[in-house]
Amino acid sequence: MIKVEHELHGRRFGRNVGLGLSLAGLVVIVLLLTVVKVTRGSNMEAFDHSVRPSMTVDEETGN
Amino acid sequence: MSDINAYERVNEPGFGDYVALLKPRVMSLVVFTAFVGLMVAPVPVHPVIAFTSILFIAIGGGASGALNMWWDADIDAVMSRTKKRPIPAGKIAPGEALGLGVALSGLSVMMLALASNLLAAGLLAFTIFFYAVIYTMWLKRWTPQNIVIGGAAGAFPPMIGWAAATGSISLESVLMFGLIFFWTPPHFWALCLFMKSDYSDAKVPMLTVTHGHDAARRQIFIYSLVLAASAIALGLTSVAGPVYLATAIVMNLMFVKGGWDIFRRSTEQAQADSYKVEKRYFKLSLIYLSLHFGALLADAALRGLGLIGGGA
Repeated sequence: MIKVEHELHGRRFGRNVGLGLSLAGLVVIVLLLTVVKVTRGSNMEAFDHSVRPSMTVDEETGN
Repeated sequence: MSDINAYERVNEPGFGDYVALLKPRVMSLVVFTAFVGLMVAPVPVHPVIAFTSILFIAIGGGASGALNMWWDADIDAVMSRTKKRPIPAGKIAPGEALGLGVALSGLSVMMLALASNLLAAGLLAFTIFFYAVIYTMWLKRWTPQNIVIGGAAGAFPPMIGWAAATGSISLESVLMFGLIFFWTPPHFWALCLFMKSDYSDAKVPMLTVTHGHDAARRQIFIYSLVLAASAIALGLTSVAGPVYLATAIVMNLMFVKGGWDIFRRSTEQAQADSYKVEKRYFKLSLIYLSLHFGALLADAALRGLGLIGGGA
């Protein structure tokens, strides 16, 4: 007779929950990392063929 | 790996079996030393970035553990200490361990690069390659110096932590590397002296077997001396303060004394008192490493509170 709830299903369920939580954790980490990187205001402009004074180097100070 | 199909899957694996593939106990050491490397660096790191960096350094370490278990399943099945690991126990198929190891390696290196910088990510990638390929696949079964080489992989985490914070490699991080690198061989060989191990059954060359106990005793003493020099040198750099220096002086005197005592003994003497000195030295080696890194952390905290100068 086939039991409805085999011990194997319990273990499989545990594995799925574990994987789900791990993936959810990864999503949260990527989100937090993004928020921190964006709000800290690092210069995220890249060269895109238009004049960007904020990207140029000051010849006198070198900054 | 000719007998790759010998580990028939007999049990349905649980989530914990996959976690076991990542060698959680090794990971805890990786977390601790990487954390210290990151915290003692003279650059403040945002807590989220610090947490993410350490998490993915740990996952990278775990990935190399999974690759190690995939390759070494034949050895693990022979040795009593390791035969309950998920692959020889028939819970996880070797291919799954390989897949998990490769996937987590890629993920951890990529995420560390995004969280911190390319140097830290590059060092992590090199560490995984070094442990999985150079150590596990190549040198472990070939030379009795395997512990020395394997120790290098374990020594990288504080250096990666430091690189995550500063984006550079410096004398301080190299000396933190040296602390673990020179500590591993005497720590492990002391264990080999008094543990009845089955490495010879598994055909893994161990110094105590290939060159005998006397050679191992000599090597333990030599490494204790080199380790002491390296540890004291770290005490003279900017990351160390009074707590570290005091700890290093006391602990290294004890460690060199322990190494000398082991060197002076013969196997007969050791057997007579059931390896008392060797066991004491091994226990000391465990405290040795945690106290050194703990002291670095204490000095960083004191600096942070402005109680001592220098560094950050």
